[in-house]
Amino acid sequence: MSIYTMGIDVGSTASKCVILKDGAEIVGKSLVAVGTGTSGPQRAIEGVLADAQMTREQMDFVLATGYGRNSLDGLADMQMSELSCHARGAAFLFPQVRTVIDIGGQDVKVIEIEDGQMRNFVMNDKCAAGTGRFLDVMARVLEVNTRDLGDLGDRSTREIGISSTCTVFAESEVISQLAMGTDKCDIIAGIHRSVASRVVGLCHRVGVRDQVVMTGGVAQNHGIVRALQDQLQHDIYTSPLTQYNGALGAALFAFQKASK
Amino acid sequence: MAKEVSPGVLALRKVVDDVYADAREAKKQGKLVGWSSSKFPCELAEAFDLNVMYPENQAAGIAAQRDGEIMCQAAEDLGFDNDICGYARISLAYAAGKRAARKVDLETGEFVIDPNSGKPLKDENGNVVIDEATGKPKKDPKTMKPFIVLDDIHEIEALPEGREKELRLNAIQPYKQMRIPQPDFVLCCNNICNCMTKWYENIARMCNIPLIMIDVPYNNTVEVNDDYVKYIRSQFDNAIKDLEKLTGKKFDEKKFDDACKHANRTAQNWLKVCDYLQYKPAPMSGFDLFNHMADVVTARGKSAAADAFELLSQDLEKNIKEGTSTLPFPEQYRVMFEGIPCWPKLPNLFKPLKANGVNVTAVVYAPAFGFVYNNYDEMVKAYCKAPNSVCIEQGVDWREGICRDNKVDGVLVHYNRSCKPWSGYMAEMQRRFTRDLGVPCAGFDGDQADPRNFNEAQYETRVQGLVEAMQANKK
Repeated sequence: MSIYTMGIDVGSTASKCVILKDGAEIVGKSLVAVGTGTSGPQRAIEGVLADAQMTREQMDFVLATGYGRNSLDGLADMQMSELSCHARGAAFLFPQVRTVIDIGGQDVKVIEIEDGQMRNFVMNDKCAAGTGRFLDVMARVLEVNTRDLGDLGDRSTREIGISSTCTVFAESEVISQLAMGTDKCDIIAGIHRSVASRVVGLCHRVGVRDQVVMTGGVAQNHGIVRALQDQLQHDIYTSPLTQYNGALGAALFAFQKASK
Repeated sequence: MAKEVSPGVLALRKVVDDVYADAREAKKQGKLVGWSSSKFPCELAEAFDLNVMYPENQAAGIAAQRDGEIMCQAAEDLGFDNDICGYARISLAYAAGKRAARKVDLETGEFVIDPNSGKPLKDENGNVVIDEATGKPKKDPKTMKPFIVLDDIHEIEALPEGREKELRLNAIQPYKQMRIPQPDFVLCCNNICNCMTKWYENIARMCNIPLIMIDVPYNNTVEVNDDYVKYIRSQFDNAIKDLEKLTGKKFDEKKFDDACKHANRTAQNWLKVCDYLQYKPAPMSGFDLFNHMADVVTARGKSAAADAFELLSQDLEKNIKEGTSTLPFPEQYRVMFEGIPCWPKLPNLFKPLKANGVNVTAVVYAPAFGFVYNNYDEMVKAYCKAPNSVCIEQGVDWREGICRDNKVDGVLVHYNRSCKPWSGYMAEMQRRFTRDLGVPCAGFDGDQADPRNFNEAQYETRVQGLVEAMQANKK
């Protein structure tokens, strides 16, 4: 008989769920664009069950991860950190992975992987510079959609420097650039380099080894991925499932638990 | 039921309480009371029978009592930057006369209770009692506390004798660290941190009192060179002259020798206590060492401190024989906790460690304050070695030694916003721990005294990540 497991990743800005069959096949996934403290987690769970046409009772094990992992009263059988889950998810999608870069809504993680398991990690400090939230703030100032930043940055023709020290300082720099009439696309490319330089610092602390995989919502922004590649001088792999990576890892750990 | 406290721990608490009480009494009697940095040679002050308070220990206590933020804010209002060490900010605010006090109604004389404070009231079955009017849990009145406000001791002292003065004096937070006497002189040794120099200079200027300064140069070699010894020794000699002038007494060699003996015995017994963490499982929660540091700092040169640590080591010996521990959960993982704890958030620091069976079995304070010497020059050399005054090779050696001896599975590093020198070399140290010891390390952001710099959710994720990495590493 097949084993079905669910991974729930309750992030700070989005809730993601994945249902796995026998720890190998994704039979359902869902994403709600609000995270912990909202209706997002509950809606994501309902969404993934509907997608897989299954019920909670049919799940052999449910594992929660992410910032809001401890907020799901009784809905999950176990909680694990998003660090391990991102490591496991990335190793499933890219078996040769040694380094995972995950840029989430409010934190950045760089994880060292050996034999598919997390060996070490570093995370950003309290500052929001270099996180998804930083990009959201910048997009708002620039009056563009966060999801369009990648394409707009492609059109840049001039290099503009934006500070990577502090979201508030960077925001005022962006406003000054706009006031000077600088092209938005150039500013956006500068923002991408700014995020990348912040993340690269963390990467060097762990040590970068191929394959390097980028996960989390920000990996959908090809401008950031390219800026990171340029600065790291390593190829970076991403998956269309990048936003589900944490939930996928959680579902894989859940399978491990259910199989015992 | 209240947790049973061992005779050793009770003795250690009494030693520190007595140091504070003696200083208050001395001030009442018109004697001099000094403030000293934690690794100033206490043997010199002991030779003059001086009562000395330790602002670092005081600030840690104030922070642990949750008054760090109001005192840091007070220092910022005086113009000190938010980036300055939290201990320094608390101490500077205190030196300026600022006090955290319970809000008092001057008409009724009652404290004004904060309706948001306190724990939920529970009935006889342990269920939370709901207030029918609001639909929210009722508060247990016994646990509710007054609002905390900032007051000024100089302002209070300037008031005419009477009810208001009495009420406001009484309203100052009653714990010992908020009631230390103002200083008559300051003893500063910058071995513990360079920040000390300006911190103590500020106190001296604010209070218009003498500053006795011992400058310890940074040691960029593991061995202390002879020129340093000469330089520092001459400063010790000068400090003695200054203290003779200040007290009007001659330096008492017998008292100095006794203080050296006590300081050595305290250090030896402190190390003995720390060494019990080598047992697996450990007979104690290593987190307790942070509390016992109060004795090492405030009473190192007193026989009572040496005796109390001796008593604690007997308690631990007993725990080992009986297979018990002060750790309130089974020990599954052992870590080194690197750095000063976030005093305002101790329960929050401990919670995920407890939930994951993590005992702290190594802290750098063990080797840093466990120094023993046989003569004056060796004493000078010992004072050259403090966490922020030694080179990275020495720092790594101390830590890796204790990690190996105390068999740690991982390292939890506090990137302390208050302590730039400490956090400044930690990234490289962390790399070396991983390389040399083969154990995972996790860093978290925090502050030793200012609760605004700590985020519990971020800390919990890092601890859980560290536990998962330690688990993977054990396989």
